[in-house]
Amino acid sequence: MIPVKFDYLAPTSVEEAISALGQHGDDAKILAGGQSLLPVLRMRLNAPEVVIDLGGISSLRGIRDDGDAIVIGAMTTHHDVRDDHLVKEHALLLSKAAAEVADSQIRHRGTFGGALAHADPAGDLGAPALALGAQFVIAGPGGTRTVEASDFFVDLFETAIGDDEILTEVRIPKHTGWGAHYEKFVRVAHQWPIVAVAATVKGSIDEARIGLTNMGSTPLRATASEQALAGASATEDGVRAAADLAAEGTNPPSDLNGAADYRQHLARVLTGRAVLKAAGV
Amino acid sequence: MTATQDRPAAEIGKDRRRKEDQRLITGRTRWTDNITLPGMLHLAMVRSPFAHATITSIDVEAAKASPNVVAVLSGKDFGDELGVCINAWPITPDQKTPAHSPMPADRVAFAGEVVAVVVARSAAEARDAAELVDVEYEELPAVVGIKKALEDQVLAHPDLGTNKSALWVFDSSEAGTGGDVEAAIAEARTNGIVIEREYRQQRLIPAFMEPRSVVVDPTGEQITMWSATQIPHILRFALAATTGVPESKIRVIAPDVGGGFGGKLQTTPEEWIAWAVARRLSKPVKYTETRSESLLAAHHGRDQVQMLTLAADKDGKVTGFKVHLDADLGAYIAIVGGGVPVLGAFMFNAIYKFPSYRFECQTVLTNTTFTDAYRGAGRPEATYAVERLMDELAAEVGVDPLEIRERNWITHEEFPFTTVAGLEYDSGNYEAATAKAKESFGYDALRAEQKERRERGDRVQLGIGVSTFTEMCGLAPSRVLGSLDYGAGGWEHASVRMLATGKVEIVTGASAHGQGHETAFSQIVADRLGVPFEDVEVLHGDTQIAHKGLDTYGSRSLVVGGEALVRAVDKVIEKAKHLAAHLLEANADDLDYTAGRFSVRGTDQGVTIQELSTAAFAAHNYPEDMEPSLDADATYDPVNFNYPHGTHLCAMEVDTETGAVKMRKYTCCDDIGVIINPLIVAGQVHGGLVQGIAQALWEEAVHDEAGTLVSGSFVDYLLPTSADTISFDVVHTDEPSVCTTNTLGTKGVGEAGTIASTPAVVNAVVDAVRHLGVHDIQMPCTPERVWRAIHANDGDAPTPEAAMPHFEEGALNQDEGAGQ
Repeated sequence: MIPVKFDYLAPTSVEEAISALGQHGDDAKILAGGQSLLPVLRMRLNAPEVVIDLGGISSLRGIRDDGDAIVIGAMTTHHDVRDDHLVKEHALLLSKAAAEVADSQIRHRGTFGGALAHADPAGDLGAPALALGAQFVIAGPGGTRTVEASDFFVDLFETAIGDDEILTEVRIPKHTGWGAHYEKFVRVAHQWPIVAVAATVKGSIDEARIGLTNMGSTPLRATASEQALAGASATEDGVRAAADLAAEGTNPPSDLNGAADYRQHLARVLTGRAVLKAAGV
Repeated sequence: MTATQDRPAAEIGKDRRRKEDQRLITGRTRWTDNITLPGMLHLAMVRSPFAHATITSIDVEAAKASPNVVAVLSGKDFGDELGVCINAWPITPDQKTPAHSPMPADRVAFAGEVVAVVVARSAAEARDAAELVDVEYEELPAVVGIKKALEDQVLAHPDLGTNKSALWVFDSSEAGTGGDVEAAIAEARTNGIVIEREYRQQRLIPAFMEPRSVVVDPTGEQITMWSATQIPHILRFALAATTGVPESKIRVIAPDVGGGFGGKLQTTPEEWIAWAVARRLSKPVKYTETRSESLLAAHHGRDQVQMLTLAADKDGKVTGFKVHLDADLGAYIAIVGGGVPVLGAFMFNAIYKFPSYRFECQTVLTNTTFTDAYRGAGRPEATYAVERLMDELAAEVGVDPLEIRERNWITHEEFPFTTVAGLEYDSGNYEAATAKAKESFGYDALRAEQKERRERGDRVQLGIGVSTFTEMCGLAPSRVLGSLDYGAGGWEHASVRMLATGKVEIVTGASAHGQGHETAFSQIVADRLGVPFEDVEVLHGDTQIAHKGLDTYGSRSLVVGGEALVRAVDKVIEKAKHLAAHLLEANADDLDYTAGRFSVRGTDQGVTIQELSTAAFAAHNYPEDMEPSLDADATYDPVNFNYPHGTHLCAMEVDTETGAVKMRKYTCCDDIGVIINPLIVAGQVHGGLVQGIAQALWEEAVHDEAGTLVSGSFVDYLLPTSADTISFDVVHTDEPSVCTTNTLGTKGVGEAGTIASTPAVVNAVVDAVRHLGVHDIQMPCTPERVWRAIHANDGDAPTPEAAMPHFEEGALNQDEGAGQ
């Protein structure tokens, strides 16, 4: 497995990286951990002339408290997201989802921002980021801008990040004290999820936020279920009735692991399970 | 049983850690891909994206102009020197066998077939240039799937006029080994039970850890080929037979090889192309496939549709079994190709006393990757069919699946037993293995839990699956192979070299690729010859060192190669005894040999085998009627197969809401005769179980209608890891049924776990939901298939394909792709 020859750039600042992107445009790809990019290069599914590695930009790593939000640097690894005390306290759902990404080796290499910017609809972090109302801080030649999660995911492997821009950090509004669960359905442990449900609930149940993985071309919210759950009591029957609405508006793929109707069935069942576990029932 | 009983057996039976593991695990060893020779060039293959197409033109100019490209060659650049890929086992005299060029010049017959090769100074440059080779194809209709192939509407090879390659038949009434199966079925239809089922053995990919790799050095007196192969000796023979190079001018080396599972029991187009290129350019060349190429173009395994009719009386005593197989060979008939399903012919009757039996195997050609041996090769398919059916019969009769087996199996007093398929089983004790497995498994408690969950209507249901398997292994008696028209024998060769310093080199023709030969064979020699384990070196895999051999597959190395070794060691001892008598000035009849020392009975005089080795080397003083050497060779041809057996019990939990399945407990009690190294056996059993479980639950190679491999990476071809399996409960009977046809009393174990486990798992999954109206789930039992099977009748899950109990003409259910 040998990639097509490419030039390798290792900027040490965001500005330098943006400048390199501006210079090479479409010919460049960002390397942000490489757990998806390298297989793509090795299988020659893509052949950029330049690879810009963000691994040397220390300002992109780390997690900090910023008042009503926590801020996760784009180059923070899944492993660090999973284990961080701020994440566990204020965005437990992210910690739970990060723990389910691929396998341990990948979690130590792959990055939070890299995975979100890659926007694989089967990726484990889009649904929880969407459910938590994440805000994406994107830097470009003209400065930075912030994009809401609902606008960030555009399509399969497509986000609001422009060709000359870099995702630098993600702000997660604090959900302190919310229960959370990430229910992932796979056939083998290291597999991409066939379907997964990210659920976080306040109380039992004042408010529920539910994200769906791999139920369409982007992460989706299970809005109808969320509405049915708001103010409901966390009984098994009540939650399951609300969960029966989870597949509304979804458009999942059909492949070797499951036809679309089966995935919709899974979304309903798994939503019920995720919410019950998040609510501690 | 054996001569070993009157020797102190210090090594046999000992949990020796494998002496080869350090280098294999750390990688500080020689694999084919890390061999680098002066001036070596690298190859990249250009492969057809189409399953069936005429090659109209190949433009190599751009590739040739690419940096450091030395040559770009296609099929028409070669003549006879390219050789052909051979089928060594034509199963019938009228078998239709398509010509198989390693690199066809005119027409490709499967997606992934090589049409051109790029030679460059580095592997990266070769790969870059391969993308510049411009091949124009005219696409032809492709035939994919057994059902389509049988229709003969679209032909995989138009020149053959049909896709049907051969029909191989065994009938017990014709063979004189049993009665007429049609009569038994007719009787059962009026007065007993007839169970008809169609089962699918999905296509699998061996997926060995080390991709295939080949290096050819044409610069010496002998042309040397290093290859990641299971079969260096057969490879050498085939190169000589097909490329016109004298065998004496060919040296083949299988260095350390990273797994095979049958997938490296092949002579490959890529080896032949590398051979031809190296000779053409007079330069060493290397080719190592990518994982994508490996999944696409290394041979696949299994791929059968089985139509099965089991007749029994009302008590569940089987009266007849009729089997019709359709087996997909893929685009070409590979080296053992059609012989793989035929190996199953003798095993559908398994451990049972069926009075009548008929087996038919129709092989077909399709425009897909060619198929061949995969761990178990024919026997897993047979075991799956009969063990699934025995569970179905038990359900029909309304008795426990173990009870129905007991009503039909050969009892331990009845050995040796000649089966309805004509084999003589020498030993076995199915009662003992079953009793031990049942106890270790906690059978009764799990049945009670199952009952309780059913009554409670639990969301998670529990099922228990049984597989009481046997197999024929230790391939193979050469005369039997001859009677089946197989192209070679089944003997094995061993040499023992007594070195001057008293150390021992043994040479085996069985070429290890992960099995642990070096350790187990050292243990055998240490015991038999009375030398320290550490003093024994095992050499193999290089035709200059191991000049004779038939390699490693079919659980043969220990039972055939080990026996050859024992016989060679015994010859060494005989020679040494003669020398010892001479040196001790004693009569040979007065010598005892224990723990590596000859002693004169009744005295303290003696001489060690090491002293004798040195004496033979110095040759200053030895008998006149003796050559000054203790070395010895032996070639052993087995007189029979051997028949390991076991009882495997599996408990599976099925989530009825999602169809997800989870293994709860797995117990196997294998009776494999005398065990040389329990640790190695445990490794073989654990690995074998996982491979068989993976067929039941995860693995499936899928082609789309155009013949494109959909499951072309490990994202879609699901291999389990340790995270997906549980710790198995591996036990053995207290008193093994010793093999009576070899000195050590051993039976093969390399394939046992794989053969046994697949039906145990599927039986357990079906058992968990049988009360919901399910009696079959197609492999692999994906959550979706399980869920659809459960809900097939309640309108919740609309699909007819997940479970298809009875077969009817024109209603083949599992041909196309995933069947979803």
